[in-house]
Amino acid sequence: MVSKSYIYRMFARSPVKPLQQHMEKVVVCARELNALFEAVVQKDHRKVKSCQKRISKLETEADVLKKELRLHLPTGIMLPVSRQDLLEVLTMQDRIANKSKDIAGLIVGRKMQFPEEMHDSLRDFVKRSIDAVEQAETTVNELDELVETGFKGSEVKLVQSMIEKLDEIESDTDRIQVDVRATLFQMEKDMPPVDVMFIYKVIEWIGDLADLAQRVGSRLQLLLAR
Amino acid sequence: MEFGLAFLILAIVFGLFMAWGIGANDVANAMATSVGSRAITIKQAIIIAAIFEFAGAVLAGGQVTKTIRKGMVDSELLAATPELLVYGMLASLLAAGIWLLVASFNGWPVSTTHSIVGAIVGFAAVGIGVDAVHWAKVGSIVMSWVISPITSGIIAYLLFTSVHQLILDTDDPIKNAKKYVPFYIFLAGFIISLVTVFKGLKHIGLELSTGQAYLLAFAIGLVITLIGVYLINRLDIDPEADKDFHFTNVEKIFAVLMMITACAMAFAHGSNDVANAVGPVAAIVGVVESGGEVAQKTAMPLWVLALGGVGIVLGLAMYGHRVIATVGSGITDLTPSRGFAATLAAATTVVIASGTGLPISTTHTLVGAVLGVGLARGIGALNLKVVRTVFMSWIVTLPAGAILSIFFFFVLKAIFNSVG
Repeated sequence: MVSKSYIYRMFARSPVKPLQQHMEKVVVCARELNALFEAVVQKDHRKVKSCQKRISKLETEADVLKKELRLHLPTGIMLPVSRQDLLEVLTMQDRIANKSKDIAGLIVGRKMQFPEEMHDSLRDFVKRSIDAVEQAETTVNELDELVETGFKGSEVKLVQSMIEKLDEIESDTDRIQVDVRATLFQMEKDMPPVDVMFIYKVIEWIGDLADLAQRVGSRLQLLLAR
Repeated sequence: MEFGLAFLILAIVFGLFMAWGIGANDVANAMATSVGSRAITIKQAIIIAAIFEFAGAVLAGGQVTKTIRKGMVDSELLAATPELLVYGMLASLLAAGIWLLVASFNGWPVSTTHSIVGAIVGFAAVGIGVDAVHWAKVGSIVMSWVISPITSGIIAYLLFTSVHQLILDTDDPIKNAKKYVPFYIFLAGFIISLVTVFKGLKHIGLELSTGQAYLLAFAIGLVITLIGVYLINRLDIDPEADKDFHFTNVEKIFAVLMMITACAMAFAHGSNDVANAVGPVAAIVGVVESGGEVAQKTAMPLWVLALGGVGIVLGLAMYGHRVIATVGSGITDLTPSRGFAATLAAATTVVIASGTGLPISTTHTLVGAVLGVGLARGIGALNLKVVRTVFMSWIVTLPAGAILSIFFFFVLKAIFNSVG
C-alpha cells in the first residue's frame, strides 16, 4: 500500500476556486432573467416557462456547489481569511440565485404581464441589476490573486476599486427602480390591484438582486480588512 | 573480538534496512513541496533525490552520525562489556527499521529520527542502566525537536514576506522576480554549502580555514546562481498566460528557484536522516575495528556514510518513487513562490542542525515551514488536523522505538550468549 506523504495531506482543498465556481453558476442563473423578461415582453409564454425551468435548474446546481463547499470547510482548517466571512460571501452569492428563482417563479406562477409603458425601463432595470451581479463575480474572481499576494498591496487596491464600481452600479439600479415605480404609480389606478401589488413585488426583488450583489462586495471588503 | 565479523555483517544489513526504509518513505516527505508545487516532475524529483540525498549523506552527514554513534550513550560504562553496545545498536536499528515499516504500512506519520533516538535511549536506559544515558545530550536533542519546526516556521514566514515585498506586491512582478530570484538562489546555495564546508569536509580529508570556507561557499553559491540565471533567461515569458491568473509567468521564474531548493532539501535530508541509519553502524564498526575496545577515537570511515546513502537511494528506487508519485497530481494551492519559501526554510534549518550534530525530524521541520507560510496568509487552506497528528506522532514513536529496541536487545544478548 502506498500512502500519501503527510506534507501532501497537510494541504486542504482551497475554498477559493469552489467559491468562484459557485459565483459563476449564480451569474449564469441570474443572467437568464434577461431572456425571461424579454419573453414576457413579447408574450411568449412557452419561452417564459422554459427560462423559468432553466433558472430553477441552475439554482439547484448552485445549491449543490454551496453544500459541497460548506462540507469542505470544517473547523480545523487554516485559511488566509476568516472562515466566517468566507461563508457569508457564499451565503450572499447563493441568495442571488434564490432571488432569481423566486422572481422567475412568481412571474410564471401568476402569468404576469407588465404594461407597455414600463417595458423599456424594466429591461434597463433587470439589465443593470444583472450588471451588479456580474461585477460581484469579477470581484470574486480576484480572490485567487489576493491569496497569491497575501491580501496586501496593489491587488487589494484593485479589488477595492472593483467594489467601488459595484457600489456605483447598485446606486444606478436604485435610481432606475425609482423611475420604474413612478411609471407604475401613474397607471396603478386603472389596473387590477392584485396585479399591481405583485408587480411592485417583482420590482422590489429585482432591486434585491443588486443589493445582494453589493453585499457580496462588502463581505469581500471585510475579508480584506482583517 | 568474538563474533566480530558477524556483528559487522549484521550491522551493515540492519543499517541498509533502516536506510532503505528512510528512502522508501521519508524522502517523499522531503520532496513533497517541490513535486506538489509542480515546479519539478516526478522523474526529476527522483533523480534530484537520488543525487543529493547521497551527496548530503556523504558530505554533511558526519556530525549527526557522531551524535547518534556516541553522543547519547556513555561508552565508558561499557568499556568492560563492549558487546553490550553492539547488541544495543543492532537492536536499535532493528527496532527503528521495523517501527518505520509498520507505521508506514499503516499510514501513520513516522519520524525516523524519533524512532532511532527512542530506540537508543530505550536500550541504554533499560538494558544497561539509567546512568548510561547522557541525559543532558538527549535533553538538548528533544529541545531541538521543539525548536526546529518553530525556527523553520519563522524563517519561512520571513522569506515569504520578503518575496511579497520585493516581487509579488510590486508594479512589475516579472521584472522584479528576474531581479531578485537570483539572490534567493544564491542564499540557498551559499548557506547549504557553507554549513557543509564548515562541518562536513573534515572526514573526507579537507581542512579549510574560516576564510577559505567562506570563500568556497561563496564560489559555490555564485556558480549555482549563474546556473539559475541561465535557466531563468531561457524561460518563455508568455503574456497570454497571465490573462486568467496574473502571476503565471512570475511563478515560472519561481519554479527555477524551487528546483534549486528541492536539491537543497534533498541534500539537507540526506545530511541529517542518513545518520539515523548509519550512526549505530558506525558505533558497531568502531567497536569491532578497535578489537573490542569502546574507546572511540578512531575516525569514522567514509564508507559507512556512503552505505547510508546507498540504502536511501535503493529505498527510493524500489519503493519511494511510488510514494513521491502520489503527490504528482499536485497541490493546487502550493505555487512555487510559497513552495520555495517553505522548502528553503526547512532545508536551511535542517542543514544547520546537521552542522551542529542535532538529529531532528525533516518532516516536522517542513511542516513548521509550511505553517509559517500559512501564517503569512500565503496558502489557501491548511489542514490543522493533519498537523496535529504529525506532531502527536513523536509522542507515540519514542516509546514504541524504545520498547522494541529493549526487546531486541535482550533477544540478541540471549542468542549470542547461548552460542558463545
